[in-house]
Amino acid sequence: MSQQLLTDLSIFILSLLVGFEVISKVPATLHTPLMSAANSIHGIVLAGAMLTAIQAHTTLGYILAFFAMVFAGMNVAGGYKVTDRMLKMFKPRSQPIAKPSGNSTDSSTLSEVK
Amino acid sequence: MSNMQTAVDLIYLLAAALFVIGLHLMNSPATARKGSQFSVVGMVAAICATLAFLIDQGGATSTGWIILAAGFIIGSLIGLRSADKVKMTDIPQLVSIFNAVGGGAAALVALTDFVHDKNIHLATIAPTPAVATALDVLIGAVTFTGSIIAAGKLQGLISGSPIIIPGSRVINTLLTVAGLGSAAFLFTGAANTNVLILLLVTALLFGVTLVLPIGGADMPVVISLLNAFTGTAVAMAGFVINSSALIIAGALVGASGTILTKLMADAMNRSIPNIMIGGFGQGETAAAQAGSVAGNIKQLSADDAAIQLSYADKVIFVPGYGLAAAQAQRELKDLAQLLEERGVEIIFAIHPVAGRMPGHMNVLLAEVDVPYPQLYEMDAANLEFPTADVALVIGANDVINPAARRPGNAISGMPILDVDKAKNVIVIKRSMGQGYAGIDNELYLDEKTSMFFADGKKGLAQIASAVRELVAN
Repeated sequence: MSQQLLTDLSIFILSLLVGFEVISKVPATLHTPLMSAANSIHGIVLAGAMLTAIQAHTTLGYILAFFAMVFAGMNVAGGYKVTDRMLKMFKPRSQPIAKPSGNSTDSSTLSEVK
Repeated sequence: MSNMQTAVDLIYLLAAALFVIGLHLMNSPATARKGSQFSVVGMVAAICATLAFLIDQGGATSTGWIILAAGFIIGSLIGLRSADKVKMTDIPQLVSIFNAVGGGAAALVALTDFVHDKNIHLATIAPTPAVATALDVLIGAVTFTGSIIAAGKLQGLISGSPIIIPGSRVINTLLTVAGLGSAAFLFTGAANTNVLILLLVTALLFGVTLVLPIGGADMPVVISLLNAFTGTAVAMAGFVINSSALIIAGALVGASGTILTKLMADAMNRSIPNIMIGGFGQGETAAAQAGSVAGNIKQLSADDAAIQLSYADKVIFVPGYGLAAAQAQRELKDLAQLLEERGVEIIFAIHPVAGRMPGHMNVLLAEVDVPYPQLYEMDAANLEFPTADVALVIGANDVINPAARRPGNAISGMPILDVDKAKNVIVIKRSMGQGYAGIDNELYLDEKTSMFFADGKKGLAQIASAVRELVAN
């Protein structure tokens, strides 16, 4: 086993343990945003896609790199956006319903489309 | 190590720390949004550092840069648009799609790296551990197709009931043998393109045959498991390109997915292998003709329900997936608000599997402005039922069936909400049909239970207007 592989493996195992520790404290109320946030974090694969994409020199390499970038871009941008949209809705107290706007509008326009 | 390399690695470390702090801040709804923003900062820093590194390193063709930029812009626009448009009831599908593309991207990183290694280095050196490449392609590809099938099932494009392909056992066995065989061959370090393609194809097929036979209501477990897979695939991609940032982020997601998978499987009282074998929940279609329950069922009118609720001190709402299916969250919130104005204490009791992914019901209620201190997790809610005057059940079934406390039936041992400990129970339900587990609910026969047969949305609206009349008089 190379030194590099050994280092990588240590990082992997320790990160798993940190992950277990931190995530087991997240309340069930937030499990959907948690999964969505975790989803955005693995959007870091974008960095990997960039590093390999730039090395591509063949048609096949370009095609693979292009799809890797599209997928990773979707993952990272969409993931953070939807996580924030959800977390924004969690409020400590009921807001007085002043005007029928805000959250309800985007969902209602969408249901009209369907 | 060049200065640039060192700087980039330090920024990756900072990003990883911000991811961990971000996840840590999710331990309370009050700080969760800040946590997500920490995570965004880490991500932007990591991406910028990568970009700076690539510019500094040079050597890329202009086609390479165009591919890189075009791919990123197209991808992120699709991602942002779908994140903006998605309805909260459809979040599980979107998360599934993000799992798919994350796993797919991870597999593509290994493939791109492999193609590159092969063309440039001509196998003179083996900079990438073959094990990592094989695992990355295997896990990433299974996640890709598996998540797409899961999203299709959640969206209703593919039948939610278990699909059993004839001879699926044989097919799965063949795929497993082919997959493991080709992976093992790659483990030996032989950089063989044909074997890698065989591995890719079998993994893609395996993702399909893995998820197809799993029933719709088991989706919370499936999504969580695929989330864990994606994380692992990204970590493997980190091994392939020697990036600690990818390894750390991937491991964090792997841990998160694993914890959620375990929690969901426990809450459904099923083992993970049992869910993955599939075929459970075929009783769902047969449920319509049920109703052979012996005993007396008490029915009540909207006015009776309104009286019971209005004169209570404490009411617990128990929403299940049926509530979301009927799109009745707004009506439930309206009723809660009316009762609160009369001074009734309101609590929402949320079972872990109330929804199509972990915690889904909480998001649906938060969307209609139910404040989060009113959302009680199962254990906390169960402490409240004995002091509640009325428990109002909407669209929940198996998760409130007291039969779970006895051995010898399909749901024995499943953790349930102790609805039967409340002084009175009102159940809004369309018919006496059975739940996913396909067994009768003895709570409905309890003498303190009254049934209000109605569609969730209409039923709640009727009760709310009855409460309004009561208040007006």
